[in-house]
Amino acid sequence: MLIYTLKRLGLAVLVTVSVSFVSFMLIRVSGDPAIALAGEGASQEEIEFVRVQYGFDRPLIVQYIEWAGRALHGDLGESPYLNQPVAGMLKERMGVTMTLGVSALTFAMVLSIPLGVLAAIRPNTWIDRIALAISVMGQAMPSFWFGLIMIIFFGVHLRWLPISGSDTWKHFLMPTVALGYYATPAIMRLVRSGMLEVLASDHIRTARAKGLRWPKILFKHALRNAIIPVVAVAAVQLGFMLGGSIVIESVFALNGLGNLAWVSIARSDLPVVQAIVLMLAIIYVFLTFVSDLINAFLDPRIRNV
Amino acid sequence: MKSRITHFLAISLFILIGASFLAAPAWAGKKKDTLNIAFSKELETLDRYFNTAREGIVMARHVFDNLLYRDPVTYEYKGLLAKSYKWISTTEMEIALRQGIKFHNGADMTADDVVYTLNFAANPDNKVRTQRYSNWIKEVVKSGPYTVKILLKKPFPAALEFLSGANPIYPKDYYAKVGTKGFGVKPIGTGPYKITEVIPGQKIVMVKNTNYFKDSPKGQPSIGKIVWRTLPEINTQVAELMTGSLDWIYLVPPDQAGKLAKMPDLKVVPAETMRIGYIVFDAADRSGKEHGMKNPFKDLKVRRAVNHAINKASIAKNLIGGESRSVYSACFPTQFGCEQDVKKYEYDPSKAKKLLAEAGFPNGFETTLYCYRNRPFAEAMVGNLAEVGIKAKLMKMKYAALREKSRAGKAQMQFLTWGSYSINDVSAITSHFFEFEEDDLARDAQVRDWLAEADSSIDVAKRKALYSKALKRIAEQAYWCPMFTYVSNNCFSKDLDFRPYPDAVPRFFQAKWK
Repeated sequence: MLIYTLKRLGLAVLVTVSVSFVSFMLIRVSGDPAIALAGEGASQEEIEFVRVQYGFDRPLIVQYIEWAGRALHGDLGESPYLNQPVAGMLKERMGVTMTLGVSALTFAMVLSIPLGVLAAIRPNTWIDRIALAISVMGQAMPSFWFGLIMIIFFGVHLRWLPISGSDTWKHFLMPTVALGYYATPAIMRLVRSGMLEVLASDHIRTARAKGLRWPKILFKHALRNAIIPVVAVAAVQLGFMLGGSIVIESVFALNGLGNLAWVSIARSDLPVVQAIVLMLAIIYVFLTFVSDLINAFLDPRIRNV
Repeated sequence: MKSRITHFLAISLFILIGASFLAAPAWAGKKKDTLNIAFSKELETLDRYFNTAREGIVMARHVFDNLLYRDPVTYEYKGLLAKSYKWISTTEMEIALRQGIKFHNGADMTADDVVYTLNFAANPDNKVRTQRYSNWIKEVVKSGPYTVKILLKKPFPAALEFLSGANPIYPKDYYAKVGTKGFGVKPIGTGPYKITEVIPGQKIVMVKNTNYFKDSPKGQPSIGKIVWRTLPEINTQVAELMTGSLDWIYLVPPDQAGKLAKMPDLKVVPAETMRIGYIVFDAADRSGKEHGMKNPFKDLKVRRAVNHAINKASIAKNLIGGESRSVYSACFPTQFGCEQDVKKYEYDPSKAKKLLAEAGFPNGFETTLYCYRNRPFAEAMVGNLAEVGIKAKLMKMKYAALREKSRAGKAQMQFLTWGSYSINDVSAITSHFFEFEEDDLARDAQVRDWLAEADSSIDVAKRKALYSKALKRIAEQAYWCPMFTYVSNNCFSKDLDFRPYPDAVPRFFQAKWK
């Protein structure tokens, strides 16, 4: 288990470094940051002034190594656009994104686990089909579109929910649903197949033969077993949610990391984009790592791979 | 069965109760004397010398005052913080300040504040972002407690424009104490509104300055409180406006504005702005000379053919709508020196085809049209070009990326736009693009010389004559294909008495509740 853990950890570190390197390069070749920073209509002198002042005139690899070196010491630099330390900006907005991510995941679980169980109890019936339809719709709809539809319906027509901002819990309802719904099918299908497998197994037959009540069999014996892989998938889904919040946050004007990423890309605020990519990559890699460990812990066969 | 129905009813009732609890009373606006507005871009700082977005100009007009004021209707310059101003020579201006004006913190506004602020902005060591607004100033000196002299590096006709449009005056002691960073989140000015709360990236709250000086040509603020929010997504802004959580938004796309105009509580004013759309050609043939590319646009006949091919009136009418109109000269019509009596290329596909044939392209040619915004407009242009045989591939890029390509001499035909920073003078557009700077794709020495002479003259008649010559030649040579003016759709509550102006700087200090 220890060797497996170390192997996975090494891989996680490698992935993080590669992601940061690739994103650093991609962001820089997508447009001259000095031009973007100097603003529309800046003269060549102004642009050159910005280029030298912010060190964009040096070779890319030098810029990357310098940035990575400082990042290792927790110094993510300063946003040349906002003149603020990036670390502080991330800290300020992390709360909103985390709240959104966790609540969206909770929503996804609350919706998909019962749907998955229902579908497994009555496989290939209309209940199964409806459960499938509900969850597949979540995957088929682009989340920003679903978000806008909800805004029109609940915000504009019914006026039940506030449309934008992050002042109260009500502000989080629509974004949570928009973001969480997308993750539903993956979890729901996993619960369904897990349940089907467990329900067909010997210990369930034994439990039924013992005359145990059906709900007890279902929740205590079957679901407990079927839900283990879901926990691992949920961890990865949380990573997706944090990344996916970029679109949702800008639609609902939630002032989180995603929104910050979105506006920073638009204004070529490189240190900020860079730091967010790095942070999301670390979170995602960490969650994948944890889910690998959970899987390995639960299933000894994986450890030998 | 009966129990199922009861069940269903109970659940429905539960949902309804929950829903009514959730229903937020969103109607603020007039009742609370609070104007709720939204902009797409977050302001990087509230220090006007360190932000570059248009939102910064809007904010500055409310919180600060400049020395001069440009009347948005007549374009006449009046004193704002200045009581009077006069040119002593072409490089020296004397300004007498009004007395008794106070900053929001109670400090008196005196010559010291003016000297400090303008010298700070003009000093390159302070690295202000808006260099061009102040780099013409050599020095500002105090000549009395309420009089200052502005010394210029060289004659600069746009000085009045920049003193009225930019360069707000800051309180010396406060700025020196809190510095650029502190000022950026807690600015203090003399303007009609004072800032009371700033949540970066979310909102800025301003309240009416009840001590605003009575003789101000800006008038007196009427609305008590302004809540300025940052909402990046225009659809979200539209939805908030429809529910009444917002009272005003602008730059709404025409299709959305059309829908909003049908709502009973809302008013849509599609007001023309100073931004114009145009196509620029690689007339100087940098792509050919430096990169060995085949460049049809070095031929005057081809450039004229494109001018005849584009149906600018149709784009203005059908895609932009409102007050948008065709332009033929390389500037915005109200700008000083914007000669209108230039060669006009009317929409005429058959003439375009004929010109192409004469130029040796009877079957047209393949090329790329670059753009950075308004894809639908660019698509219409591609369609127009196809009608005369020019098969243009559309390439939309980020502004910074396109500019890099253009400055490297690799983009032969670009659809660009220019807002002249709302400066009502052709030096802010024509001179910017035709004086052999990086963005000059024509490189016409004759045009450059006329423009440069006009730029540094303060003789009004002479400037006008020189700009006229330059613009006539630009049209004659078809260096550009000027197309249309832009429109900003101002969408706001019917309760609001609001008037937009072509400089696209909303003035809420003039707005009132009806």
